[in-house]
Amino acid sequence: MAYPNTGDDHGWHMHHSLQAMADPTTAASLVNVTKRYRAITALDDVSLDIRAGEAVAVLGPNGAGKTTAVGLLLGTLRPDAGHVRVLGGDPTRRRCRQRIGAMLQISGVPTTLRVREHVDLFRSYYPAPLDHETIIAAAGLGGLEHRLYGKLSGGEKQRLHLALALCGKPDILFLDEPTTGLDVESRRALWEEIRAVIDAGRTVVLTTHNIEEADALADRIVLLDRGKIIASGTPAEIKRATAGSRISAVTTVETCAIGKLPGVTKVHRDARRTEILASSPEPVVRALLGMDHDLKDLEVTRTTLEEAFLTLVRPTTGAARSDGPAYEDSRT
Amino acid sequence: MNAAAAIVRTYWLESKLEFLKNLRLPVFSLSTLLFPVMFYLMFGLAFGGGPIGSVPRPLYFAVAYSAFGVVGACLFGFGANVATERGQGWMLLRRAFPAPPFAYFVAKMFMATAFSLAIIVILLVLAVLAGGASLGFADLARVVPLLLAGTLPFSAMGLALGYLCGPNSAPAVINLVYLPMAFAGGMWIPLEFLPSTIQAIAPYLPTYHYAQLALGGVGAGDGDVAGHLVVLGLVTVACLACASVFYYRKP
Repeated sequence: MAYPNTGDDHGWHMHHSLQAMADPTTAASLVNVTKRYRAITALDDVSLDIRAGEAVAVLGPNGAGKTTAVGLLLGTLRPDAGHVRVLGGDPTRRRCRQRIGAMLQISGVPTTLRVREHVDLFRSYYPAPLDHETIIAAAGLGGLEHRLYGKLSGGEKQRLHLALALCGKPDILFLDEPTTGLDVESRRALWEEIRAVIDAGRTVVLTTHNIEEADALADRIVLLDRGKIIASGTPAEIKRATAGSRISAVTTVETCAIGKLPGVTKVHRDARRTEILASSPEPVVRALLGMDHDLKDLEVTRTTLEEAFLTLVRPTTGAARSDGPAYEDSRT
Repeated sequence: MNAAAAIVRTYWLESKLEFLKNLRLPVFSLSTLLFPVMFYLMFGLAFGGGPIGSVPRPLYFAVAYSAFGVVGACLFGFGANVATERGQGWMLLRRAFPAPPFAYFVAKMFMATAFSLAIIVILLVLAVLAGGASLGFADLARVVPLLLAGTLPFSAMGLALGYLCGPNSAPAVINLVYLPMAFAGGMWIPLEFLPSTIQAIAPYLPTYHYAQLALGGVGAGDGDVAGHLVVLGLVTVACLACASVFYYRKP
């Protein structure tokens, strides 16, 4: 299967997902799901399969539809079209929800209750909850059991939310932007806890706009932009399938001509330099040198996953995703 | 059996934690408990004076300010709390978990009733100890249930306000509803001492019916227990209807 997957092959997706619904290895699926908020289409005919035991990062900029996707999978939202299945059931049902754990983006719990009290309350929602000490240890909250929620630091609060998500020994865990707003140190500490949950074999779906987080935690990255899945693959595949190198030079060759060169995914020119993202640099460099004998200051570097991500989600022309490169010309 | 016990345990935990949560919130617990006590000490005890109708002044005001306190505990306990928790995302979080939705309301009802009972006990004890009122077991068995009957309509009203208001405006809106309604309903000063226009408005206020109902428990008020109960029952239904309209109107 070729990555990145464009979101255009709906027929294939539908066929695949309907098969997958009966497949015990599918933990959760969205099948041709559309969700609108008045004039805004938050998710546009999205199909997504999460396999059991998989750690999937749904990566996208703000407003891409990540939180909507999680809301649908959690059963707090209902789709306008399509189907949502989680663990073979309907997540709006309590029975199904008892097997799901979640960390929400907006999740203010009462500030004047203690860590221990919150955990006890949430444990009481499940017939066979995880025992208290295991939850506290897994979330790294040892020594904070008697602290009021309102007195916890940002990172500790998120750890409490992780603890609440673990209370019911969930078969699948949804983490909606778990580390947003945390400083680097707290973020990395929370990653350790999340990684331990993933390593224990739980199915985890996390949303993030932080590429580093997706790279650090996920087996598979699903890129979501403006309500559509624009790519899906392992972090390595995403890197490989998108621009592999950045070429930078001072040249007079027109950006649209560069865009037509093989493997070019993005061209950007400012007042002085031209920057090109390309899957492999050699043919592009060869062609450039052939077209412009005065080309100067040539530099070739490997792109980061961050750049690959930006290439995919923020093309300046609409045609730039899989069927053509993006042009960006900021000369005045 | 086991499942039933688990549900009972969840409801108990929700109720207990709802009470603790509010008790630890001085802005709620102190104002809810201390305002009626302070008003009673100032206007019910310090002023002195003769009986109101046939009821000794300390006893009359202990009941009137208890009713005032119960209304406050319910309006703020439900209204301000629901508005804040909607704003915080607590409701949304609960919906993402298998938290029993009804337990949320039962817990708040328990909490509002517990605070109401605390106010009633404090004021009646003050009436006996500081005001020299005589209260037998039979009197208590009559007046305490009538006072607690107010928790239903005013919790429902608080719920409606909680769904109507935003988290920041809720306390102000509730005060604007609560204080004038308590005053014009005869909870601060007996109705016969109020201007005739207010006396004419009073029967349209739920606080009037509640005050009259509770005062009936100590032989004051107009004694129409059934009539006031019917009005308060209608108020409860109307407020619950409004609450559900406001709830579904919200995106």
